[in-house]
Amino acid sequence: MEKQTRAAEPLSEKKSVVLKKLFFATLYLSAFTFGGGYVIVTLLKQKFVDELHWIDEEEMLDLVAIAQSSPGAIAVNGAIVVGYKLAGIAGVIVSVIGAILPPFIILTVISFFYDAFKSNFVVQAMLKGMNAGVAAVIISVVFDMGAGVVRSRDALLIAVMIVSFVLNYFLKVNVVWIILMTAALGAVITILRERKGKSAGSGADKERK
Amino acid sequence: MMTTYIELFFAFLKIGAFSFGGGYAAMPLIQAQVIDRYGWLSTRDFTDLVTISQMTPGPIAVNAASFVGNLVGGIPGAVFATLGVILPSCIFVTVLAYLYNKYRNLTLMQGILGFLRPTVVSLIFVAGLNILLPAIFTGGTYALTPSNIDIRIVIYFIAALIALRKFKVGPIKVMVACGAAELIVQIVLKFAI
Repeated sequence: MEKQTRAAEPLSEKKSVVLKKLFFATLYLSAFTFGGGYVIVTLLKQKFVDELHWIDEEEMLDLVAIAQSSPGAIAVNGAIVVGYKLAGIAGVIVSVIGAILPPFIILTVISFFYDAFKSNFVVQAMLKGMNAGVAAVIISVVFDMGAGVVRSRDALLIAVMIVSFVLNYFLKVNVVWIILMTAALGAVITILRERKGKSAGSGADKERK
Repeated sequence: MMTTYIELFFAFLKIGAFSFGGGYAAMPLIQAQVIDRYGWLSTRDFTDLVTISQMTPGPIAVNAASFVGNLVGGIPGAVFATLGVILPSCIFVTVLAYLYNKYRNLTLMQGILGFLRPTVVSLIFVAGLNILLPAIFTGGTYALTPSNIDIRIVIYFIAALIALRKFKVGPIKVMVACGAAELIVQIVLKFAI
């Protein structure tokens, strides 16, 4: 599986230069990006694929898929895959530190002032109103995600959604158990569908729709 | 103090290890550990944290680790919690990248993720309800009596939902508008009446 078009390898640069660029790129993106992990991943692509040409486009898509398939924050995972690709373990360490430093510093400062902050009349009133707004933001995101599941018309997925809600909200089953059970179910069904697909040819494609 | 650090580390390790799907997926796990299991934050503090996270850059899980770690165990607490939350990512991503390079195949992982998505939707929904309902029902029960319901919160919530969905206003603007509205109302109540 040789790649036809190789991106300009960062090997031509000194490792310390690569690490420095990695650190400042992830630091900068992490400090100034609002709007979640997917935005950061897009910006990482812009920086390392389009601007520096250190990673080729196709490989970047694979790296993004790995970042999205792993648990944890997408922004951190994105920094890890890019760091690993460009400079191995040292790259991972440098880019992760770059990615978490801005939120770490900002939230540390906020937590120092939180008690004083909380009892301040203006802040208290603002936060109270904003909390209603944040609930609306979350419910709106849930609505979009839930509509995607319903639109899949996959009865099994819809059942998984309803059952997880009942288990968590009414029966108070631990979140970790619900995730583990769903993951196990997903693994079994994916393997079964793959086998079926291999023996029946196009069967898997139909099912996947 | 050391036990606190270790508790912080493992609580956030769990949060990092089981939040699949990015973004809000970490929220139900943070709630389960930080409110239900250890009681480090009240529901109100947690809601403030989610609000602050929306207004500042950075993933909510990393924000939560820094915030809770600091409140519970100062800077070292924040370091332990943050290390905990990113360690699973570091391990999982590296292993997955290695396996991917070897087999060029993510079908199983993506199949599992496809199944996790509906579950994550439900879990985020529950986390959202756990934020919304205590804000609306001020008495601790869900009794539908006028004295138990904060009608202003209901109005902000509905107005925010309409602004987000119908008029496609950005989330930060919507939240700031809700905050400003409540501030004005409270100033009027305090000084004008």
